[in-house]
Amino acid sequence: MDLEDYRQRARAWLEANAPGDRAEGTPDENGVAAAKAFMAKLYDAGYSGITWPQRWGGQGLTQAEERAFAAEAARFTLPTYVFSIGLGMCGPTLVDLGTDEQRGRFIRPLLRGEEIWCQLFSEPGAGSDVAALQTRATATDGGWVVDGQKVWTSVAQHADRGLLLARTDVEVPKHKGLTMFVVDMHAPGVTVRPLRDMTGRAHFNEIFFDGVHIPAENVVGRVGDGWSCAVTTLLHERLSISSGVGMGGQKDNPVAFEALRTSVDTGDPVVRDQLVELYVRSRALALFNQRLAQETKAGIFPGARGSAAKLLLAELTMFQADLATSLAGPEAVAYPGEGGAGGGLANAISLAPAMALGGGTNEIMRNIVGERVLNLPPEPRTDKNVPFKDLKTSGGLPS
Amino acid sequence: MKLVLTTEQQELRQAVRGFLAAASPLPAVRAAMESDGGHDPDVYRRLNGELGLSGLIVPEEHGGSGAGYAELAVVLEETGAALLPGPFLATTLAAILLREAGDKELLPGIADGSTVATVVLDGNRALNGAEADVVLSIDGDRVRALRGGERTPLTTLDPTRRQALVEPGGDVVAASAEGIARARDLFAVAVAAEQLGVLRASLEAIVAYGKVRVAFNRFIGSYQGVKHRLADMHCKLEQAESIVRHAAWAADEAPDELAGAAALAQAYVGRACFEVARDSLLLHGGIGFTWEHDAHLFYKRAKADEVLLGPPRIHRARLADLLEL
Repeated sequence: MDLEDYRQRARAWLEANAPGDRAEGTPDENGVAAAKAFMAKLYDAGYSGITWPQRWGGQGLTQAEERAFAAEAARFTLPTYVFSIGLGMCGPTLVDLGTDEQRGRFIRPLLRGEEIWCQLFSEPGAGSDVAALQTRATATDGGWVVDGQKVWTSVAQHADRGLLLARTDVEVPKHKGLTMFVVDMHAPGVTVRPLRDMTGRAHFNEIFFDGVHIPAENVVGRVGDGWSCAVTTLLHERLSISSGVGMGGQKDNPVAFEALRTSVDTGDPVVRDQLVELYVRSRALALFNQRLAQETKAGIFPGARGSAAKLLLAELTMFQADLATSLAGPEAVAYPGEGGAGGGLANAISLAPAMALGGGTNEIMRNIVGERVLNLPPEPRTDKNVPFKDLKTSGGLPS
Repeated sequence: MKLVLTTEQQELRQAVRGFLAAASPLPAVRAAMESDGGHDPDVYRRLNGELGLSGLIVPEEHGGSGAGYAELAVVLEETGAALLPGPFLATTLAAILLREAGDKELLPGIADGSTVATVVLDGNRALNGAEADVVLSIDGDRVRALRGGERTPLTTLDPTRRQALVEPGGDVVAASAEGIARARDLFAVAVAAEQLGVLRASLEAIVAYGKVRVAFNRFIGSYQGVKHRLADMHCKLEQAESIVRHAAWAADEAPDELAGAAALAQAYVGRACFEVARDSLLLHGGIGFTWEHDAHLFYKRAKADEVLLGPPRIHRARLADLLEL
């Protein structure tokens, strides 16, 4: 089909089916039911998993169709947030690394919104240094038993399945003793607790695993090969962040250039120049992202350069929230009721650090750009050739 | 929108890069800048003869190659990265002005490399104004050309490229209000392309140094205090290149977007180029402050380019006007 026809058809479908009201962040139970119903319609219409292999339930189309749909969808705020981890990270990892049995069992329900996924890598003692994680998976009859704690887990309170990274061997260096699993979030021994963040809301959860059984066929990739599997997932994460999968557009963003130009006094030359600065930075990053997308289409894989885009997005996010609140003045920080202009700005400045921390901090992004794009020499490492059980941890030695 | 080079454009880049690496490496740049003329006439002749670069954007009916601004940007990035001394940018600005304003008389001489031309900028300054055969000036919606006239060489911060006070005026050679307005935007794009090259070369120099310079028994590039700044400089390079490709594409294929893209190019790339050249120099340590090290040549070219078309605020003000702020 002609791309323009595809776009027209997608637009018509969205106009007829996209919910009118705004959906923001993690919905409640009713919201999840509505989101699942929408996702099923989206899938049945052929707009979920546009580039994913047909064999596993995707549409088998190209980036061109995906971009065409995304461009049309950017005009709406679709209730796809609870599926974003599955669509952006877990699903692509299974497509790349899963067994045919796993792909056959998990991909279609993921794409159709029947099963919500979360990602279980980070721990209280393993953030930037995620390979230092301590959650243990011990081999048992027919599978594995998991004990430990995970944190920063988006949408876990609604999740049916999780992509888990756990330690299966403490006798080898830390990157070599990890294994990736699919875990049933409804299994006995899984406890999900909301984690209230600085915005006052619970965007994340803490997950406790207490003797949780995982069947052997749920190992993703090979036992002991979990680190390279996780790298695949994280690569998809950075790409999905910088391309805005499930993040909504800038359409409703009260601190983006388009909103500020109408809400501030541009008669003041200082304000005018600050808005120019915001425009310049926004446009510079948008053009960089478009260039990366064109290169990908031309067969040049962006690789670690995606980390530069993610770093720039984090800096822009902080800059624009900071600028918008400063331009607005006192009403950004004290306002009647919950919503209104002030509420939007206060929320933006509260939420701004998230982009600089989630999916790899700015410092980790700079390490990646420095070492994998510029090929600078790595930091000397004292943790690479030592058995995991002999390494330091923040709270003492690992058990 | 085209932000990725075609195979032909990559080949052009390799040809120019290879030529400059052989004919005008940095030691040759230093020799040229200290010579009486300020550049090596043989290099300039070969650039125009063997590579045909002075005629790159001159229409075919006037003896040029009729290439687009995307190709010109590729070439200027390389001449910028090499800090090529001499009147290439000056003659290129003249070619842009004449092409856009519809000249027929002067373009053939520029295309075959026999005419060195320049354009009068604010304050009656002109790049390579002392050695140019023809000085072009903008007079309302007309372009005037003067051979001869008063020429007073200026002392320049950037030792790799000369400037002079010149006399505007002479015969009208072309007239087009629209063409002249477009030419002014294209000057911004051309300078941004050169700045992209200066930025890239400055970053490459310090990245290479970070891999060989040792302090405290480690290569300095392994320290996060250095590495993270280089990563930030790389981010500037990525955005600068995207902006230059976009502006060059707009020049060729989207005339309505040219003014905004050109103002953005100067507002972003001019600053980014100086910042990267500055940080490259600083991260070299004390050696970067010496005359014999090349870091100061990039630093000075970056500053000279940043203010070449006027104080940087004029590009930001133009952007504000175009955005109707």
